[in-house]
Amino acid sequence: MENTIDKSTGKTIEKTTEKTNGKTKKGVRLEHISKIYKDPKTGKDFYAVKDTSLEIEPGSFVTLLGPSGCGKTTTLRMIAGFESPDEGEIYLGDEAINALTPNKRDTAMVFQSYALLPHYNIFDNVAYGLKLRKMPKDVIREKVMKILDLVELTGMEARMTNQLSGGQQQRVALARALVIEPSVLLFDEPLSNLDAKLRVQMRTEIRRIQQEVGITAIYVTHDQSEAMAISDKIIIMDKGVVAQMGTPHEIYYHPVNEFVADFIGEANFLHGPMLGEDSGYAVLDIEGNKTRVELSPKMKVGENYTVVLRPEAASLADEGGLPCKVVLSCFMGSYQNYHVKVGDTLVKLEEHNPKNKKIYNVGDSCHLVFDAASVHVL
Amino acid sequence: MARGQGASLDKKKLLADPILVTTIVLLITFLTLFILYPLAILLVDSFVGDGGFSFSVFKRVFKMPKFTTAITNTLKVGFVVGIIATAVGLLFAYVEVYVRIGKFAGGLFKVVSMLPVVSPPFVLSLSMIMLFGKAGIITRYLLNIYDNSVYGFWGIAIVQSLTFFPVCYMMFRGLLKNIDPSLEEAARDMGASRMKVFTSVTLPLLLPGIGNAFLVTFIESIADFANPMIIGGSYDTLATTIYLQITGAYDKAGAAAMAVVLLCITLAMFIVQKYVLEAKSTATLTGKASRGRMLIEDKSVRIPLTVLCSLGAMFVILMYICVPIGALFPTWGYKFFPLTLKWFKLVFTRYKGFKAFGDSFRLSLIAAPITALLSMIISYLVVKRKFKAKGFIEAVSMLAMAVPGTVLGVGYIRGFSGGLFHTGILQGLYGTGLILVIVFVIRSLPTGTRSGIAALRQIDKSIEESAYDMGADSFKVFTSVTLPLIKDSFLSGLVTAFVRSITAISAIILLVTPQYLLITVQINEFAEKGSYGLACAFATILIIITYGAVLLMNLFIKHFGTSKKITEVE
Repeated sequence: MENTIDKSTGKTIEKTTEKTNGKTKKGVRLEHISKIYKDPKTGKDFYAVKDTSLEIEPGSFVTLLGPSGCGKTTTLRMIAGFESPDEGEIYLGDEAINALTPNKRDTAMVFQSYALLPHYNIFDNVAYGLKLRKMPKDVIREKVMKILDLVELTGMEARMTNQLSGGQQQRVALARALVIEPSVLLFDEPLSNLDAKLRVQMRTEIRRIQQEVGITAIYVTHDQSEAMAISDKIIIMDKGVVAQMGTPHEIYYHPVNEFVADFIGEANFLHGPMLGEDSGYAVLDIEGNKTRVELSPKMKVGENYTVVLRPEAASLADEGGLPCKVVLSCFMGSYQNYHVKVGDTLVKLEEHNPKNKKIYNVGDSCHLVFDAASVHVL
Repeated sequence: MARGQGASLDKKKLLADPILVTTIVLLITFLTLFILYPLAILLVDSFVGDGGFSFSVFKRVFKMPKFTTAITNTLKVGFVVGIIATAVGLLFAYVEVYVRIGKFAGGLFKVVSMLPVVSPPFVLSLSMIMLFGKAGIITRYLLNIYDNSVYGFWGIAIVQSLTFFPVCYMMFRGLLKNIDPSLEEAARDMGASRMKVFTSVTLPLLLPGIGNAFLVTFIESIADFANPMIIGGSYDTLATTIYLQITGAYDKAGAAAMAVVLLCITLAMFIVQKYVLEAKSTATLTGKASRGRMLIEDKSVRIPLTVLCSLGAMFVILMYICVPIGALFPTWGYKFFPLTLKWFKLVFTRYKGFKAFGDSFRLSLIAAPITALLSMIISYLVVKRKFKAKGFIEAVSMLAMAVPGTVLGVGYIRGFSGGLFHTGILQGLYGTGLILVIVFVIRSLPTGTRSGIAALRQIDKSIEESAYDMGADSFKVFTSVTLPLIKDSFLSGLVTAFVRSITAISAIILLVTPQYLLITVQINEFAEKGSYGLACAFATILIIITYGAVLLMNLFIKHFGTSKKITEVE
């Protein structure tokens, strides 16, 4: 857990519930949560989630992001109550909910496969949770119609689920979760069954509706652009532990380690020892070249550092910067894609809007230039 | 790593659902009391006599020549029937899946696969005697053979093969349809002949399936009571020997020991079949057929195979038709015309037909919904829920499949006639209609559970989870989501349970008291006495009832079934 930066810890518990519009919004807090599974092949136990502590603020949209098998879905299912944590405690607002069954928890989940009830029409699907709460018929009708309006499915209420497109089915699933007015909305990769275009459209929709309702949302995905587009905060998970939690900005520009830097966007890594300081920048020796990079207070002369350079933050020039050799040059339309070698290190970069710029070809010797402020030292 | 907290939380969550917990407890009690206990008491009774633990009962029965002969007989029949039924089943399945057959032959195949489902178990024995026996139509009147004996080894073997091969046929059809045609096309493309493709590709893929079909038939054959009873003559199998040991020799302890032996044989085979072959036979066939198979058009292959199978099918159908026709002849084997309804009349006037049909119908009608509901509950728990006793429930309800009816019958006699463990507790149960209903339920439970589990595995787990998440408890999830989604499977389970119950004989014949008249027992009695006209009349009415039930079910599923509803709106 040494890599975990939990920006929210230290905040007081009272802050996890907050009143807006008369309805109590609740946050979610995980304290040292672990889940152990048995590997079906080796028969050995392993941590699917290990000693994870998180605090999700009321009304915020938080994404659990990571490669498959990183523990994100397990974490979500523990919050929903389908799995029981082997260590630690989960709080909804101020209430410990470990022992509550999913039907007693004030959460509602939107499933990857939509999980609509195929023997009910749209209206009955959305009304299902309200009927379980024994609400009067006219109240149910009013609530369902209102929520169908919110997800833009008015007029579809008599259809069967298989008469809807994938995107519409997902809206029904969302409406069904929203209508019971849960404290927290859980999403388990809700868009992965949709085609690329619809995915982009639906994620905007989900964000709009979440903000309109002002509900706390926890969203699991492995698609980093989806996470960037909709989240207030992103939690990056790797092998069962939280690698980093922060705003999309923080995660992209200040990743805590190579895994995070590489997982979000593309990243080049340059290595070298620190030589000294120069007018507020650190000077590193990268492949024999003195290079100025962003300075952070904990840096010490003589230590080795890794620098993250985003492909769009660098360009090629005839002089200045690091001497390099072009090994791939490829026109992509909106940018020219280069792979260059700086010493033994391969660097990928994107020269945007290449129309009136000099194009370098494979084998050319040139220089890799970047702004010292736009690189990040790990 | 400590998984204690997760486990105890799971337990807490389970206990928070009282209906679920009650259901599980009741289910475990029911299964223990009516499956495990009767089998356990057989073991206890055959080992523990007046002088404590001993092998004396086993020593005694193994000294009886008729018992040791019965073991060899049973295994011999089972082996031969297993081979014939598997081979014929494979042939039919291959021809259906690989060869372009006409509409007529296709129709015949369908009828053949359907017949054993709706007919009582011993129909083929009856028709075998009537067609090929001493006074058989074919043997005496067509071939002028006067001394043909159908009784004995070959009688049983042929009748059982004809009865069980449609089961193999259905199994192989499923397996063959799952073989990706491109595998065989690849072999053809590389230059293999059709025969070579069959022996080098199709057959190896099917091998575990063949073993599976063979063992399933083997188990069915050695557990079969009705056919050896009617057509066995002096050729006794284990099932009939056990029955005679109780009803003839009144040696209950000896019968218990014999039942233990029979149980051990079927159980061993069942374990091999279930845990070794069944898993393998589907594992090799994971490839989904990407597109349709090119059917064999070649006339030199098509015509002989189609003719051969059609003739076989027609023969089987003839055997079944023989029974209703036999009921119309004035005296079988002597006087064929004019056709008469006198046997049907006699059934209802002199032989208490109304009572027999009433009793059988009523008891089966009570047992069917209980079985269907119970098997759906078990499947739901097994497929969708996580709890400790789940393995127990699944194993015991599947175990019932391996228990021959005769063994269960003896177990019930030993277990309940003197009350639980001969203490007098629950003694009132013995001899009542209730215990007959329970036997019906237990006998049909495994098939119902198996089809329920298969149906539930098709349903995305998250559909139930979503309902649970919305606030429904287990009971509500089961009634508002699970049950409606497997309505078709529930309905067919209902009818299957009804048909199996009303045609059951092996366990029932040991437990029925004079207070109840059951059709199957009546048929058995008349067939043994040689009153084939009466037996046929009873059997015909029974077939009409079961066929009617199946028709009703199909009609119902067609109009109200879920699959219909879903395909309609698309």
